Amino acid sequence: MTDLLNALALMGNYVIVPGLAYGSQLALGALGVTLIYSILRFSNFAHGDTMAFGAMLTILVTWWFQSMGITAGPLPTALLALPFGIIGTVAFALITDRVVYRYYRRVKAASIVTMMASVGVMFVMNGMVRVIIGPQEQRFADGARFIIKAREFKEMTGLSEGVSIRTTQAITVVVALIVVALLFWFLQKSRTGKAMRAYADNEDLALLSGINPDKVVLVAWIIAATLATIAGTLYGLDKSFKPFTYFQLLLPIFASAIVGGIGNPVGAVAGGFVIAFSEMSFTYAYKRFAGYLLPPDWVPDGLLQLLGTDYKFAVSFVILVLVLLVRPTGIFRGKVL
Amino acid sequence: MSYLIGENMTGGYGKGADILHDCTIGVEKGEIAVIVGPNGAGKSTAMKAIFGMLNLRKGAVRLDGQDITHMSPQDKVRAGMGFVPQNHNVFTGMTVQENLEMGAYIRDDDFSGTMEQVFELFPILKEKRRQAAGELSGGQRQQVAVGRALMTSPKLLMLDEPTAGVSPIVMDELFDRIIEVARTGIAILMVEQNARQALNIADKGYVLVQGRNRFTDTGAALLANPEVRKSFLGG
Repeated sequence: MTDLLNALALMGNYVIVPGLAYGSQLALGALGVTLIYSILRFSNFAHGDTMAFGAMLTILVTWWFQSMGITAGPLPTALLALPFGIIGTVAFALITDRVVYRYYRRVKAASIVTMMASVGVMFVMNGMVRVIIGPQEQRFADGARFIIKAREFKEMTGLSEGVSIRTTQAITVVVALIVVALLFWFLQKSRTGKAMRAYADNEDLALLSGINPDKVVLVAWIIAATLATIAGTLYGLDKSFKPFTYFQLLLPIFASAIVGGIGNPVGAVAGGFVIAFSEMSFTYAYKRFAGYLLPPDWVPDGLLQLLGTDYKFAVSFVILVLVLLVRPTGIFRGKVL
Repeated sequence: MSYLIGENMTGGYGKGADILHDCTIGVEKGEIAVIVGPNGAGKSTAMKAIFGMLNLRKGAVRLDGQDITHMSPQDKVRAGMGFVPQNHNVFTGMTVQENLEMGAYIRDDDFSGTMEQVFELFPILKEKRRQAAGELSGGQRQQVAVGRALMTSPKLLMLDEPTAGVSPIVMDELFDRIIEVARTGIAILMVEQNARQALNIADKGYVLVQGRNRFTDTGAALLANPEVRKSFLGG
């Protein structure tokens, strides 16, 4: 019995808790991608770097706050800086829309053309972030590091395996829950949210109903930039901030959006967790886990790891390819790319 | 002077060739006007021209005496014109009720009364109001589409082949509803493939051939006209 509980604690500590946090970050990222896809009808490759940009602004404000002695007590100061990061990123997204994407809407460019433009935007943002904050790793998490330490957990339960929950992980999950709940309420209940769904559903009929396309696009960018900043900051708090990792995040984020069904917000959230838990469970070494559940002489010598963590992106990629082959609309029947 | 009139309309899509040639179409309040004709006669095009979806090189569109030729479709909705396109005329991913709400998007006043009226006209919609419009049958979808357009309380309702792809029974039922709508004083202009049935309920009929007015008369007179019968109604 204790062995089983120890095995569960082990899974909790190394797969479930980090998976929930990572899944929340991917879900927030995928929501932004899916929203832009359904309203502006292109795959926004700049989304990963928008996350980096938003996180960078938040970090700069965090440092400024820290230098003035403003902190949030046990919570990371970054939460106080987050609104400023959001405002800056929204402004940047709206300027980008004005100088880049609006032109492609006017000329009714094919989706692939706008997508390539977004690759350009991606490189520009990528460069800006590296010039402003530098390519190296930045740590900006402060406040209490743990909610439950592994040692405390062991003392509490008497198990030999501990589950530790870092403050940043808990904050990630809580913030993601709040943001997703607000977003769904907005899309389902508010007039503007319904207008956005109508516009995504049937653009011509939305125009006939008197829905203003400029307003819909404006709100879509505001929400996408807000989601990107929150996702980027949470990811940076949880792991650390390094511009290049955000560029790499594009793959799992797109995989999440497509696996869930692109254009479908519920799908984006579900897809985020599917991808996160797949990555976690494929790259976790099950040797100790097996040690608790199997008789001692059955436990193999190897690590029981399906893939090295260096290959975690391969997991998203394989899932992405499989979904596109077998069920291109994704789990929740989004649009076909 | 008709309530709505598109006079001597000449024009086509974009910079392409003219599709309409001196075409005139009008309708009175509380009346049903039907545009019929063979495939490619420009029936839908005439309707779109009135609604401002293509450029007219000549002619004018007037609503209640006011020139609305160059008004955008969105402004025409505000001016009291409702339009039900032939295809993709509902928000498939949204519930019936949300479809109706979107129809009333430009209204800032309380539209619950109008929604009740729509539910009275189409009782099935009230029953299915929490269901996604994409899950409904063809006939029910058309009711959603017409209901959506009625939510602005238009003075003129334009229907582009409202009975396309529905069974004859559903078609009769839809026509009955359309007559009811007309009785409330709304002018109705519709394009129809089912010429005979449509002319049956029409106060006025327009037979178009190659973008030109071929015959214009009351529905009954057109049905009685041997030439119209022979050429367009199959004898």
